[in-house]
Amino acid sequence: MMTIEAWLEAALADAERRNLPDLKPLLETLARSTQALRRADAAVCPADAVRPAPQEHG
Amino acid sequence: MSTRPGVRRIAELAPLIRTRTLTPMELVTSCLARIDARSELNTFIAVFREEAQRDAERAAAEIAAGRYLGPLHGIPVSIKDLIDMAGVPTTSGSRVPGRVPATDAPVIRRLRQAGAIIVGKTNLHEFAFGTTSDETAFGPVRHPQAPARSPGGSSGGSAAAVLDGMCLASVGTDTGGSVRMPAAACGIVGLKPTFGELSCDGVVPLSPSLDHVGPMARSVYDTGLLFQALKGATVQGVAAAGGRLAFGVPRSYFCERLEPAVRCTLESSILRLREAGYDVVDLEIDHAACTPDVYLHIVLPEASYYHAAALDAHADKYSPGVRLRLEMGRYVLAEDYLRALGLREVLGRAVDAVLDRCDALLLPTLPIPPPPVGASTVDLDGTPAPVRAAMLRLTQLFNMSRHPAISLPAGRGPEGLPRSVQLVGRRGRTERLLDIAAAVEQVLG
Repeated sequence: MMTIEAWLEAALADAERRNLPDLKPLLETLARSTQALRRADAAVCPADAVRPAPQEHG
Repeated sequence: MSTRPGVRRIAELAPLIRTRTLTPMELVTSCLARIDARSELNTFIAVFREEAQRDAERAAAEIAAGRYLGPLHGIPVSIKDLIDMAGVPTTSGSRVPGRVPATDAPVIRRLRQAGAIIVGKTNLHEFAFGTTSDETAFGPVRHPQAPARSPGGSSGGSAAAVLDGMCLASVGTDTGGSVRMPAAACGIVGLKPTFGELSCDGVVPLSPSLDHVGPMARSVYDTGLLFQALKGATVQGVAAAGGRLAFGVPRSYFCERLEPAVRCTLESSILRLREAGYDVVDLEIDHAACTPDVYLHIVLPEASYYHAAALDAHADKYSPGVRLRLEMGRYVLAEDYLRALGLREVLGRAVDAVLDRCDALLLPTLPIPPPPVGASTVDLDGTPAPVRAAMLRLTQLFNMSRHPAISLPAGRGPEGLPRSVQLVGRRGRTERLLDIAAAVEQVLG
């Protein structure tokens, strides 16, 4: 799994390359949210459990 | 008639129209005059003066000929400008080039079949991607009772138009609370039905797995009339549920960070419902605290996917904040999106579980009063919080869980602006939720 740190570093570099400096604080917020999402997922569905498929959209 | 007809309820006016005591032309003229008188509120993007007058005359002729279509016949309504009307640009509140659809969206077609008269298309938060209706190419929508404040969003123009008597009802869309939040800010009623119940065809998507079409009006009964019409059902209204209803109040997460007047309104509502003979119990929705994180990882990539081509071609035409949120969605990993979809199902089952113990959930709709226009942060129980996250906090779960939810006014804060409560019902039982809401309205109204 791509770590949050590696993801954030890559995302910030890409935003800089695309000349979107205002995206930096949003990506940092997203990183914190992704961390929380992964924690919640791990708590609800342990790593060794069989993961149910999400319902189809709609 | 001493009171402007636009600020009266459909339930009062429909019998007057049926008996020809009031003509649709008088009603439409009153609404159009109000739209013109308060243009500084930026409520409408397009107003259909000639078409509405012509439709009113046709409705009057039909009624005179004995062809009365029901309670919405001759009633002026508005449509959020995210929904297609044949031959009219769907702007989505944006400078990004929109589309000019050849046909009406199914919900529009059904409204017309019920005899409603569409007076215009309302302003909104650009592409429905915000909660304050102040990022739009058509000027910030302003609260009719406090123009320095927002009427909420994204269906802010719809709520303001209904509150101010520019129309008697409106049709909005709700992806995280965009019907219920502005309804709450403006002290009207707003319904998000069960997911999939009302067609989203011909509606510009924000997040297709979370998007809902929903009606807004001055009462639960009027809202029910619109819901029935939009669904293609017989338009006959709703009746207050009888019997000893039980309400569940989810305390953890939902009641933790509330502005004092919101908390006071909730507690006072609980007291009044108990005095009316209803049961009100506290309960907990498992995993509710992860709601904002799950929501964010669904809405962002779904919105970015839809906008990808336009973002590349017309980036400079988006409002800066909306553009940045759409760009942010391009960085969500597929694995995290799927993780969020899995957690969404867990949350849905948790809401099902608590609804096994009561008839409906009772909680606030908004944790804060209507925020100042242009505010980026608000005070949330003593702590600064991003305005969008604060406003979505209590509504977004039920878009993910697909349960029907309705906002109705329950009091006013010290500054005189509305505070509201939200009721959540069982999936697929939207009509039952409306009946329950009608009973609650009788107590809180």
